[in-house]
Amino acid sequence: MAEAHIAVRELTMAYGSRVIQRDLSFDINRGDIFVIMGGSGCGKSTLLKHLLGLVEPAAGDILYAGDSFVHANANARDVMRRGWGITYQSGGLFSAMTLAENVELPLQLYTDHSPADRAAIIAYKLALVGLDGYQDFYPSEISGGMRKRAALARAIALDPDILFFDEPSAGLDPISSRLLDDLIVQIKESTGATVVMVTHELPSIFGIATNSVYLDAASKTMIAYGNPRELREHSDQPVVRQFLAREASTAAQEKTA
Amino acid sequence: MSQAQPAEFELQVEDRDSAVLTLRGDWVHGREHPDYRELRDELAVISAPELVVDCSALGTWDSVLMAFLLQCYNQCRDENIEFQPRELPEGVQRLLQVATAVQPYKPPAQRRRPWYARLHLGELLRDFLERSRETLAFIGEVSIALWKLLLGRSNTRFVDFRTFCYQAGPNAIAIISLTSVLVGMILAYLGAVQLRQFGAEIYVADLVVIGTLREMGVLMTAVVMAGRTGAAYAAQLGTMQTNEEIDAIVTMGVSPVEFLVVPRILALVVMMPLLTLYANLLGVIGGGIVAGGMGITPLMYMNEGEQALSLVHLNVGLLKSVIFGALIAVAGCRAGMNSGRSSAAVGEAATEAVVIAIVYLIIADAAINIIFQQVGI
Ligand SMILES: Nc1ncnc2c1ncn2[C@@H]1O[C@H](COP(=O)(O)OP(=O)(O)OP(=O)(O)O)[C@@H](O)[C@H]1O
Ligand SMILES: [Mg+2]
Repeated sequence: MAEAHIAVRELTMAYGSRVIQRDLSFDINRGDIFVIMGGSGCGKSTLLKHLLGLVEPAAGDILYAGDSFVHANANARDVMRRGWGITYQSGGLFSAMTLAENVELPLQLYTDHSPADRAAIIAYKLALVGLDGYQDFYPSEISGGMRKRAALARAIALDPDILFFDEPSAGLDPISSRLLDDLIVQIKESTGATVVMVTHELPSIFGIATNSVYLDAASKTMIAYGNPRELREHSDQPVVRQFLAREASTAAQEKTA
Repeated sequence: MSQAQPAEFELQVEDRDSAVLTLRGDWVHGREHPDYRELRDELAVISAPELVVDCSALGTWDSVLMAFLLQCYNQCRDENIEFQPRELPEGVQRLLQVATAVQPYKPPAQRRRPWYARLHLGELLRDFLERSRETLAFIGEVSIALWKLLLGRSNTRFVDFRTFCYQAGPNAIAIISLTSVLVGMILAYLGAVQLRQFGAEIYVADLVVIGTLREMGVLMTAVVMAGRTGAAYAAQLGTMQTNEEIDAIVTMGVSPVEFLVVPRILALVVMMPLLTLYANLLGVIGGGIVAGGMGITPLMYMNEGEQALSLVHLNVGLLKSVIFGALIAVAGCRAGMNSGRSSAAVGEAATEAVVIAIVYLIIADAAINIIFQQVGI
């Protein structure tokens, strides 16, 4: 098997002395759509921030294509980050820029396209998320779901290698979130990118995820790793099966009650 | 195919019924590729009802090709030409499907106004009146909220008031100390040079005491507080506006003026006189330092200064400080509450708060001085 695209090794995450999760070790392979699951507040966004280098780990290492990210210096990190596209839980769009300017910024920074080419690429990226024509709108002038999609358009501006999404489909209607799932799959298939996302949406977990990890808030570590469809049937952890089969959880509770 | 092929397109019009667009080569970022505008002009003149897009000779591709194809697709749709892909790579096909699933949004056409239209005098006046009206309305709201506070039916929280008092008072002591000592020294220098010509250096003490108490102590404090606290108020409220926090307060059934604005204004109005007293004291000391350097002993300085000191001068300064405090807080809060919902708008609000506050200060100071001059205080 090929070398893991992202490898997490014995990672312990803490804010100050408060440990959020400890001893996380897992691989994310190239071309995976990898989902980070878990109850609210278990540390999913925190794990994502560690993968992005926004928070330093308390212990452990994160490797990208075999190179340590944790021990890399600032320049090396910037080089690694060049191939990433990221959306944040609350959008992260620049509120003082129009959507076109938001998408244009990475193109301006890292490519030498002419202005006309940039405009064409912006139109294409916005069209992918169904927002062509909204170039001159400010983030405050569009809806929350549109903001999520605009953030996605900015994330894919440079055809990234790895895409990180924090709850991309939260707050979207079922049809849009289905379209978003399709889009993520299309982008992944056509560019071969690896996708790492935090999500609670069971339809998208089962629809598109190829691998996943479940973080448990009580034991403060990962308690399941693998394809979510298999975990639903065969996980030895009842919490994971309950999480993945929402209907069954009430049944399980009734049985124990 | 190791050698990169140049990207190019060719449009062949076979007969009246169909046209073929052939794409060849590697359409990737960092390579020369055709500009869509060339195709647009050619495409605009064909009359075929159908355009076949042939990609059988296409090499590698990325967003550059997709952007090109999407423009082509959109033009075809606008001109009712049927877009017929032939041998599109699987990925291109699917991405194009996603990108064209939703029709582009066409914003309603807007009449563009030339820049000089904005210099219209009537419009400027209307703008100014509109702003004044808004400010008056804001002051009205604040007054109502204050009245409610007096009646004890207000949603103002005492904890907030205390926090803002702390921010506006003790936290400002360091900067106020620095500015007021220096201003006292400057006053003394200015006066001493003139007074020495008459051999009346000793009156520097009078000049510093009266000048500081009536005017400079309070004015400098107010300017510092406008830059410090007024701007902070605008930025805080502006950020809350951006985060929809103010919407949340409104929908909780609480007036944002009572909840956010009143404690801020009260805190500044209460702290300003105290800061002014402190600034007065340090200003006089600063003047004394300079006077000492000119051969006036501290004792002489204090004696002379004491004669100049009167309750009237002190009270004039304190009255001004209350008024200035209210003006700074109103300017800051108004700018924040009316801020737009973006990071740039918050910055503008903070700037506006400081500029307006200083304009208010100078106008109010001049007006108060003129009135007192007339009444002879
Ligand atoms: N900046 C921070 N400083 C201190 N503690 C934090 C910080 N950010 C998050 N936490 C804590 O870390 C824990 C995990 O937070 P995190 O945001 O990662 O949760 P999450 O799994 O993403 O939850 P959700 O599904 O609600 O987004 C929480 O208990 C939170 O209190
Ligand atoms: Mg989160």
